[in-house]
Amino acid sequence: MSRVPLEEKVLNENDRIAARLRERFLRRQILCLNFISSPGAGKTSLLEGTLERFTAQERVALLTGDIQTDNDARRLARFGFPVKQITTGGACHLDARMIERALADWPLESLDTLLIENVGNLVCPSSYDLGEAAKVVVLSVAEGEDKPLKYPAIFFKAELLVMNKTDLLPYVSFDLEKARAYSRQVHPEIEIIELSCKTGEGFEEWMRWLAGRREMPGRKEGKGSAA
Amino acid sequence: MHELSIATSILEAVRKERRRLNDARITKVGVRIGELAGVDPEALNFSFEILVKGTDLEPLALDIEFLPRRHACSECRHEFTVADYQFDCPACGSQATRCIGGDELELSYLEVEEA
Repeated sequence: MSRVPLEEKVLNENDRIAARLRERFLRRQILCLNFISSPGAGKTSLLEGTLERFTAQERVALLTGDIQTDNDARRLARFGFPVKQITTGGACHLDARMIERALADWPLESLDTLLIENVGNLVCPSSYDLGEAAKVVVLSVAEGEDKPLKYPAIFFKAELLVMNKTDLLPYVSFDLEKARAYSRQVHPEIEIIELSCKTGEGFEEWMRWLAGRREMPGRKEGKGSAA
Repeated sequence: MHELSIATSILEAVRKERRRLNDARITKVGVRIGELAGVDPEALNFSFEILVKGTDLEPLALDIEFLPRRHACSECRHEFTVADYQFDCPACGSQATRCIGGDELELSYLEVEEA
């Protein structure tokens, strides 16, 4: 019996395609964000609110992933920006190949921002690099404040945490302070924005963050990997 | 349950290596998984067994090395394993530490039968 050492990432093939996408985005100075949350935390609502506040001249496009239905794409298409639904047909996450395929017939040169809404799932999407500059995790106050400790991978890899549905705070037992503390325990540098898609409170801060990020569409130092 | 697609990727890599090794008989594949990788070892073992069963790769064992989160102190350079989210440096007490490992999802080795 002999041992052959291997030094390769398990998701080597996915990472290779993601690197290719990232290079394409960077060359064209396109900011690509990957939105991840559990089902129902408000990814689509966050994107709807964002598109609603954009002027028609904004060069933004969206990809939205779901296991079944194109409901989200239809919700998002109302705003007039290009939207494409990726139906995974059972897969619990998007992978880089799906993104590459979806972009194949899209004129990237007309864009400066690509927003990707992942499949609603707090676990699996965190393993798959889509070539994005940053992952944004959305957590709603209708969930448990200990989600960051229970699902550390995504909170560790996300650059920004959007805490949504703050309008529900008076009615739920969610502890905002604890949620912030747990998130920073897992990822001390994580940025946190609290907002309500329903009332619009806090949304300005998110739009400012997004505007700032569009000014520097690349990946930030040390994000997305421990090394 | 993305462990099934992770297991598929591991087996793709094993097949690729087998071709490179002139169809050598591979008996075990070793992987390193960090606690921040978001992969459940038990579910991965289960998926791996299902995918290998009844194929030409059988019998093939999976050896999972589970790695904890590791930090390095920015002041005294001490490197340590993080347990229970205790990030302060155990050597000098500094709070300025940074993550240097724990999100691995890597192939580490193959065990090959000698021809």
